[in-house]
Amino acid sequence: MSPALHSIVSFLQTWWVQLVSGVLIVAVVPLIAGYVVLVERKLMADMQARLGPMRVGPHGLLQPIADALKLLIKEDIIPDNADKAIFWLAPVVSMTAALVSMGAIAFGPWFQVAKDINIGILFVLGVSSLGLFGIVLGGWASNSHYALIGALRSTAQLVSYETAAGLAIISGLLLAGTLQIRSIVDAQQHYGVWFIFLAPVAFFIYLVASIAETNRAPFDLPEAESELVAGYMTEYSGFRWALYFLGEYANMIVVAAVATTLFLGGWLRPFPNVRWLNWLDVLPALFTAGVGAYCVYRAGKQPVRVQALFMWAVAALCFLVALILAATVFVPLLQAARPGFLGAFWFMLKVSAYIYVFMWLRFTLPRYRFDQLMHLGWYLLIPLAIVNVFSVGMAMMLESEFGWNRWLALVVTMLFTLLAAAFLLHLNDKRTAAASSAAAETSDTYAG
Amino acid sequence: MLDSIIFYFFAGVAILSAALMVTRRNAIHSAVFLITTLLATAGIFLQLRAEFLFIAQIILYVGGIMVLFVFVIMLVRLDVPLHHITFRFQKWVALFVAIALACEVGVMFWYVRRLPSAGLLTPPAPSPDQLPPNSEQFAKVLFSNYLLPFEIASILLLVAMIGAVVMAKKRT
Repeated sequence: MSPALHSIVSFLQTWWVQLVSGVLIVAVVPLIAGYVVLVERKLMADMQARLGPMRVGPHGLLQPIADALKLLIKEDIIPDNADKAIFWLAPVVSMTAALVSMGAIAFGPWFQVAKDINIGILFVLGVSSLGLFGIVLGGWASNSHYALIGALRSTAQLVSYETAAGLAIISGLLLAGTLQIRSIVDAQQHYGVWFIFLAPVAFFIYLVASIAETNRAPFDLPEAESELVAGYMTEYSGFRWALYFLGEYANMIVVAAVATTLFLGGWLRPFPNVRWLNWLDVLPALFTAGVGAYCVYRAGKQPVRVQALFMWAVAALCFLVALILAATVFVPLLQAARPGFLGAFWFMLKVSAYIYVFMWLRFTLPRYRFDQLMHLGWYLLIPLAIVNVFSVGMAMMLESEFGWNRWLALVVTMLFTLLAAAFLLHLNDKRTAAASSAAAETSDTYAG
Repeated sequence: MLDSIIFYFFAGVAILSAALMVTRRNAIHSAVFLITTLLATAGIFLQLRAEFLFIAQIILYVGGIMVLFVFVIMLVRLDVPLHHITFRFQKWVALFVAIALACEVGVMFWYVRRLPSAGLLTPPAPSPDQLPPNSEQFAKVLFSNYLLPFEIASILLLVAMIGAVVMAKKRT
């Protein structure tokens, strides 16, 4: 065997787990993103008392695949005066950044591409923020005013809200004392509570900032239909548009995964240290079996034979997953695999819950105006996040140096933060009142 | 062998895109090549096991400064005033800088030849578990040995930020 071939083989031997997980991410995330779109449409339909997609597959379950096929064979239009190279590059950048940043996320204690990198959460943040270039360059290269304005808005919005999100994450990292994703989750197990209970203000700031960062309603100004057609995506069609869309949804998953890791206890089950709640380990298997049973029930009601068959297939998949999850709990031989599989289940559940909140807010709240958005970011969230970093640090110092009870220290410092929030809100009210009265004075031309 | 392949890849990309960045007419294209250069340099940092520097480079330079660069380039039409900017002594200044840079590179090569290992082209590659965690080490050094320079730098940045805000503020 030649030395070159030998080194390649040894490389594969050391890194095959990482390579396989990487390929899995690239292959599976677009599929998941497609189904997230379906879930969003179904939820929106439900909240607006409609049915949503029902035609393709039972309950529209094959709709994402039909959409993907349609986008693949759609005509690919490039505007005449567009900057072709950058027009091609931009959607790819958007998508790649989201997928690469997923490499450092731990989906459960086992499923992680870049295991044990020291800068874990910073890597996710830094690389996912590169997706911004996809938006900016795409907007510029389209040679269209709508696209350009959408890109500018998006840049301003993301740069502002990344600051707030970063500061909120710092509060969580102060509690964890590390950047490594595994150690962050271990720290939450060590404390016995999720960090959302220790730093609720930080979680709230991160929630708002992450909605703004993923360009979703009520902060979806870069693609506000009534003002900008589709913002930076105006000139894109077909598969390039689909890449943008996938990048956006993949980014949502990334943001939700960061929030889950840092604030919602990662892959830990609820109450990870309470012994008598160990029966919760059976819950994942029961849950997936329940979903499978529901699919069987619905399969009987499908009007078309093919649809019923598809429903049966989904049910079989659910039962298979349930069987695997149950086997890791009950079969002593497979108990080594228990933390990996159950952890992945809990992680996915929390990520889904976070994304559900995203969608819920989208269907509930009206869109902000752009100056309101900027005010919210710069006048409220960023100062509040700075105060919060200070007070979380203070609480930790009170606990370690002065021997206070942890909860007492946290409550006292949190009161301080809330006081600051009230003060900021008061300032904001005064500012908007002054601005509106000034606007009334200048526009009051017919009064006298 | 793999290490040197990766190193030459990143170094080649960095140098090539730096050259392209200087020669492009279109300012946005230049910005894209500058981003590529910065990313390739970050890759070299990562290969040297300087994880924190790698991510700091990406977050600060690529994700922060370059975004603002591109933002400004998009807002300002750069192709119009391009012909007026060339000043008279540009050629001589450029020649001087080029000679200085060539001397620097030459001196560097000469010193590296005299090192015992003569290892310019093979970066040190200890396995990660032998190294102390990078960002912790970084923080310790920054907040103990170099605390004063760190604070001075942050005050400098704060002054610059306040100055920018004051200058940009509307005069009423």
